[in-house]
Amino acid sequence: MTLTRRVAITGIGVVAPGGIGTRAFWDRILAGRTATRRVTFFDPAPFRSQVAAECDFDPAEHGLTPQQIRRMDRAAQFAVVCTRESLADAGLTATDLVPERTAVTIGSAVGCTIKLEAEYLVLSDGGRQWTVDHRYAVPHLYDYYVPSSLAAEVAWEVGAEGPVSLVSDGCTAGIDALGYARELILDGSADVVVAGATEAPIAPITVACFDAIRATTNNNDDPEHALRPYDRSRNGFVLGEGAAVLILEELGHARRRGAKVYAEIAGFATRANAYHMTGLKADGRELAEAVRVALDQSRLAPERIGWVSSHGTATKQNDKHETAALKRSLGAHAYATPVSSIKSMIGHSLGAIGAIETAACALAIDTGAIPPTANLHDQDPELDLDYVPLSARERRVDVALNIGSGFGGFQSAMVLARPEAVAA
Amino acid sequence: MNTAVVTGIGVTAPTGLGTDAYWAATTAGSTAIRPVDRFDAGSYPARLAGVITDFDERALLPGRLIPQTDRITQFALVATQWALTDAGLDPSAHSDFDLGVVTAASAGGFEYGQRELQKLYTEGPQAVSAYMSFSWFYAVNTGQLSIRHGLRGPAAAVVTDGAGGLDALGHARRQIRQGTPAVLSGGMESAMCPMGLVSQLPGGELSTVDDPARAYRPFADDATGYVPGEGGAILLVEDAAAARRRGAPRIHGEIAGYASTFDARPGSGREPGLARAAALALDDADVLPDDVDVVFADAAGTLAGDQVEAQVLAKLFGPRGVPVTAPKTGTGRLNSGAGALDVVTALLAIRDGVIPPTVNVERVGRRYEIDLVLGEARRTPVRTALVLARGKGGFNAAVVVRAAT
Repeated sequence: MTLTRRVAITGIGVVAPGGIGTRAFWDRILAGRTATRRVTFFDPAPFRSQVAAECDFDPAEHGLTPQQIRRMDRAAQFAVVCTRESLADAGLTATDLVPERTAVTIGSAVGCTIKLEAEYLVLSDGGRQWTVDHRYAVPHLYDYYVPSSLAAEVAWEVGAEGPVSLVSDGCTAGIDALGYARELILDGSADVVVAGATEAPIAPITVACFDAIRATTNNNDDPEHALRPYDRSRNGFVLGEGAAVLILEELGHARRRGAKVYAEIAGFATRANAYHMTGLKADGRELAEAVRVALDQSRLAPERIGWVSSHGTATKQNDKHETAALKRSLGAHAYATPVSSIKSMIGHSLGAIGAIETAACALAIDTGAIPPTANLHDQDPELDLDYVPLSARERRVDVALNIGSGFGGFQSAMVLARPEAVAA
Repeated sequence: MNTAVVTGIGVTAPTGLGTDAYWAATTAGSTAIRPVDRFDAGSYPARLAGVITDFDERALLPGRLIPQTDRITQFALVATQWALTDAGLDPSAHSDFDLGVVTAASAGGFEYGQRELQKLYTEGPQAVSAYMSFSWFYAVNTGQLSIRHGLRGPAAAVVTDGAGGLDALGHARRQIRQGTPAVLSGGMESAMCPMGLVSQLPGGELSTVDDPARAYRPFADDATGYVPGEGGAILLVEDAAAARRRGAPRIHGEIAGYASTFDARPGSGREPGLARAAALALDDADVLPDDVDVVFADAAGTLAGDQVEAQVLAKLFGPRGVPVTAPKTGTGRLNSGAGALDVVTALLAIRDGVIPPTVNVERVGRRYEIDLVLGEARRTPVRTALVLARGKGGFNAAVVVRAAT
């Protein structure tokens, strides 16, 4: 690996509940306004958890053609809309990119759930037929069955012909897709990577899965305040949807063309907990190791971290687990660092959220503001860090840490920094 | 830069469970293409597959793992056990952060998924299994392998359709180069449920021929598409120095080169990316086309796919310039499992100096200027092999494997 190569974020595109577009997203979370509500996509009455963070998203309004709308799962639509915003934000058009030197890395945990479930429902005639009726198959069924189509749609959008892949590391897919994209730039496989993650999981099968393991909240009477990270009354997450796509560029490449650099991705690591497919150990050892390795790569001391974008899913065990991991990896500085969970406002969009949170880290560095943890009124006494309750803070952030955990045992950490803060 | 070598192999293929059974069947030109029997496929226009028929999960795995795993995970767990045994590596004797796992998937455990979808819509949400939250999803094999063997190093799951097996190995090699001593890697697939088979029908590339010997014949003049198969391989990829230090019993070979590319949007008029993937992988391995002793082809089985690949090979190596083979004609196309299994086959070809044949193809099509190994296995020294794989949508990957030095 050529150590002189560095990776800059030069463009951001976001689709999030409560606001389509980076600006709307950032304004909402700085205002501390939640976007969780009673599920409207289907009747949630038969389900234990009836709350979701849904996007009010009209693909036609965002320039997708009738054929694109028919072909693409909602997750692909999100990704393409984010890609367009992010490319424009970076001051680029597809024709500026060298196809062979442009890569795409998209994260997603559950792929094209909505289309796959909807098509299953027709093919099986409402679940009646095990031997589903192939005569009802739609032309792009395979694209829903195998979600590498999500990465392919983004690649077509920007004309990328370098390495293209979907990273599906459960709920760390967003961080990991960006981390993997960074590796492609560092090892010289690409100069520009269109990278991020997308998820549109709000469908009956997903809700039923999380119901079955009681990972989601049943605060159905108070949807707007349902997701309560670090609060004594927390009882699980709210399923969300959305996407973020970033333009990653080799830093010299970005500087030569005079691009605005939001932040540098200075370190990334992922580790497995080898413990349980859905459970977390209280000691946070593996997540702490990921943080340690990511910091080590960045050659930044823990004391330099000005904000931690946490996983903060508001499950009993997650919030304990990551609090322990932060203490283990940052030492005394854990107590001096603001830690917030933007999931409290926009829900948990599984594979996408890590990319959306990375976008938030870049925006925090760029704008000097730290979003709050909403719905945190009665902090769990066992959780004793500064979780930035309710209100955003103005504060210069030179270095931000983004952490996440995922089903399958994935534990990921990414260090973002103002390039001037990183020793060259 | 650290050298990535393969020190352990585990195979679950339609033609054989375990490396020895698989290799014996492959060199003998056996085939496992037969009518799908895990469900009644009689009403579908395509009814054949490369099926694993003698897999006894209850004898091979602890009982508690059965209800929470799809077939793809059961294959992966068993193959991993075999790969670790072959490598003589006991994970508990190593620092847990030193061992990673990177697997490829295309559809996840979809037989499990279809069953739970059916329960949701016929019995209601409460009937959905608690295991469904992870048993079907694309990361399931990475997670389950990590848990079973206490692997706490870098972990990832890659989805690039049929290119996935090679992309997983490429990602594993990147982890080795960044300092992780050993990574379990490969791909597993099974589309042996109605949704799995039906999802492949609209693409029009599944062969609708009913004769198992005639259905999947890549590079034949009258090729009729492909037959899917299930299974794959898991390999232990290890830093060469680390393998030497621990006294690994054998080095099967080196993963010397890797590259992946993507095709421009259909209709763009731009060259497909397969040629670039092959050339970049050779460059990466620092070998010239003349050094390559055999190519394991992707072998799409469609006119368009075969034409592109044959042209790439004829241009890179010269007309009929290198032996080309596609043993997957005996197993069907294993999707994410295919690249990993072909890398295994390439390593065994290097070991024994034998190129296994492309079964069921009697004659190479007139338009294809390739030296396809037909009929019987060909005895010849093999030091360096190029393995190609493609995924639907435009994914291309290439790996160069080389004899250990």
